[in-house]
Amino acid sequence: MILTNIESVPGKKVVGHYGMVSGSTVRATHIGRDLLAGVKNFFGGEIEGYTELMDESRKEATQRMISSAAAMGANAVVNVRYATSAITTGAAEVYAYGTAVRVEDIQPKV
Amino acid sequence: METLILISCLVICYYTGSTIEKKHYENIKAREAALSKTLCMTYGKAFSRSTKIKNSYLVSSSVVIGCDYFKAFLAYFRNLFGGNISAYESVLDRGKREAILRMKEQASARKAHAIINTKIETVMLDPLGSKEHPKVCVTAYGTAIEYNNLD
Repeated sequence: MILTNIESVPGKKVVGHYGMVSGSTVRATHIGRDLLAGVKNFFGGEIEGYTELMDESRKEATQRMISSAAAMGANAVVNVRYATSAITTGAAEVYAYGTAVRVEDIQPKV
Repeated sequence: METLILISCLVICYYTGSTIEKKHYENIKAREAALSKTLCMTYGKAFSRSTKIKNSYLVSSSVVIGCDYFKAFLAYFRNLFGGNISAYESVLDRGKREAILRMKEQASARKAHAIINTKIETVMLDPLGSKEHPKVCVTAYGTAIEYNNLD
């Protein structure tokens, strides 16, 4: 599955559109991590526990989007966007959406 | 007694916060210099019809950075009088630069030449009205492209 966040796939041409596909996740960390994050937040610096959480959520949301695109018979998702929102402290929603398309290689002109 | 605890907390957090920030900036600057060959563009349409591009794929990264207690305290007073909250500006700047760097690292690990249509998204991880110090999550994503042969 090819993913891009521009309106096409460079070097390929779009031959079919399947409409919008999306995937979302709401994830939370366990309380131990939340406590550790609280300590980190007090002293400053990156909060690795939450970075990991956001990375995992984004991957999961992307995976869900890809599987719904694959179910439609698409081989690429173009114009992918991510939207993140905080639900409560320590939990966040990541939403990935894009347009499922079928792309083919551009045949060189003879 | 309570004032003493508050002051010692502020002093400790001032030191930890500024040391972490200084180290982080040094780290960011070194990595930015090392990755300066991987270009980051904010436009993408111009590349969509290019036949020189062999491969393209999405790269994304996020980073969550917290403000220390001292910064939060400073910001509280700034809020009363108005003006730039420079304590938070540096936190957001670090977050954005770090997210871009991680995205570039992913792209250069896969031998990409450039990243096009870069988007940056910033989200405060604490819902409005919560008592915690602000944590900011910065997500950077874009399309990494690989040219056929760049000579």
